[in-house]
Amino acid sequence: MSKVASMRDAVAEVVHDGDVVAIEGFTHLICFAAGHEIIRQRKRDLTLARLTPDLIYDQMVAAGTARKLVFSWLGNPGVGGLHAIRRRVEDADPAPIELEEYSHFGMVGRYTAGASNLPFFPLRSYFETDLPKANPLIRPIRSPFGDETVYAVPPLRPDVTVVHAQRADAEGNTQMWGLLGCQKEAAFAAERVIVVVEELCSEAVIRADPNRTVIPGLIVDAVVVEPWGAHPSYVQGAYDRDNRFYRDWDAISREAATTQAWLDEWVYGVDGRAEYVAKLGSERVAGLRPSGEAPSGSVDYGVYK
Amino acid sequence: MSEPRGVPTPAAGSAAPAFSKSEMMIVAAARELAGQRVCFVGVGLPNIAVNLARRTVAPTLELVYESGAFGAKPARLPLSIGDPTIVTGATAVVSMFELFSFYLQGGLVDVGFLGAAQVDRFGNLNSTVIGDYEHPKTRLPGSGGACEIAINARQVFVIMRQSKRSFVDRIDFRTSPGNLGGADAARIRREEGWLGRGPSVVVTDLGIYHFDDTGQMRLDSIHPGATLDQVRETMGWEPRLADPLVTTPAPTPEELRLIREELDPEGAYTK
Repeated sequence: MSKVASMRDAVAEVVHDGDVVAIEGFTHLICFAAGHEIIRQRKRDLTLARLTPDLIYDQMVAAGTARKLVFSWLGNPGVGGLHAIRRRVEDADPAPIELEEYSHFGMVGRYTAGASNLPFFPLRSYFETDLPKANPLIRPIRSPFGDETVYAVPPLRPDVTVVHAQRADAEGNTQMWGLLGCQKEAAFAAERVIVVVEELCSEAVIRADPNRTVIPGLIVDAVVVEPWGAHPSYVQGAYDRDNRFYRDWDAISREAATTQAWLDEWVYGVDGRAEYVAKLGSERVAGLRPSGEAPSGSVDYGVYK
Repeated sequence: MSEPRGVPTPAAGSAAPAFSKSEMMIVAAARELAGQRVCFVGVGLPNIAVNLARRTVAPTLELVYESGAFGAKPARLPLSIGDPTIVTGATAVVSMFELFSFYLQGGLVDVGFLGAAQVDRFGNLNSTVIGDYEHPKTRLPGSGGACEIAINARQVFVIMRQSKRSFVDRIDFRTSPGNLGGADAARIRREEGWLGRGPSVVVTDLGIYHFDDTGQMRLDSIHPGATLDQVRETMGWEPRLADPLVTTPAPTPEELRLIREELDPEGAYTK
């Protein structure tokens, strides 16, 4: 059964006010297209979970979609801070925002516990730090097999996880390559999953390379085909990270007024990703293509009859 | 992170080429990596230092990025630790679960590089908030992977510029544990089952610190052109000094050539 849907329909049906939403992807494969559609549909009171909120959550927070952030590293990678979020945290401008803070490994462990139906994930972190005081959900736990104490974090089970990938078939069997972050864990942990891909492929393409399938259609609710849907993040082999935009956002987001003006122009002012890409212009887009090809070798799975 | 441009320091005797403070930091950090095998890398100065070490004192060094690349061979200088250039040509690309569970917590990382907004004399680091946690004056990025790197990497290298705001008597929040309160740090690490022995070196724009047996930072080497007055003016405690205190050998022409021609040709981090 085909699950292919437009971004508008997928977000309208799958994302509800008050949901816990995880748009994952560690630097790579961050689905800005889904975040922008959530903004356009004026979803409210979301809890936004991500290891690195990145520009997408700065934009979603600036647009008023979120009441809470769950995260482990709150910055603009390689550039500096996330100013819209910082205004909420430091100045309660225009309102405070709730924070629930872990480390990277803690967040990865939370998705892992959520995906594997476990009550907690144990890890060797947080010893002698102030993080358990800042977040009482980080708790010490004694080993049942000896004297050791480690720390435990609770499972994270998003209502919705959005994953961007290179390709999927119409049922949502999804293949990706490059940095995988914790896309798989976040998808398996979620109640509902939207997969957004650069390219819709046939079932035969998936079955020809089953090791590369990270997410099975079994857990996918909607497949959205949205080329350039990760920009200004990137897709390995398809387009580069738009570092210029990551730098530009620093200036754009320093004032609430310029942030809103950007949202008006680039999010509310376009009807979807295709119009956004057209607005970027062919020169900007062409400049983000890889400078050459680096194909993997192919492997032989063999035929067994 | 883009680094502010330092003033180039003319080397004494003027036979050697001039170099910037950033270049001195990179070279000093790279030399400390001699003999190391697996290094957890961050962007900016650590990234250049590690790539310089691989071309000089540590040819078998494996680069690990928390985004999941092991044995990375970046063909350009990445702006972020998740750049596509760290993937193409890497030995392995793994999920973050594998990276943190098997590589880091499994004990395979020899050196982790960390920076922070604040460090104290024991090498404890704050990258979370300036001011009170609930009502911070400045909200910083937070731990990322730093907390578990500080605990599980066999040793930690810190690269930071010195200032009264960053080298402080008391940090506002302990994000990444160093030598805790001092002499009993080794016992606590052992009893709590940490793999790492903590911070082993702090490289600044003024000198190189190691840690003495009280767990405190000790200035062992001062960079050419830097003075003890500058050191004292840029930290919140009276520094311990090695006897004898040596001068860091200036960057060699070959080290500078590698940085300027191969590692950071645009001078994004090193001018």
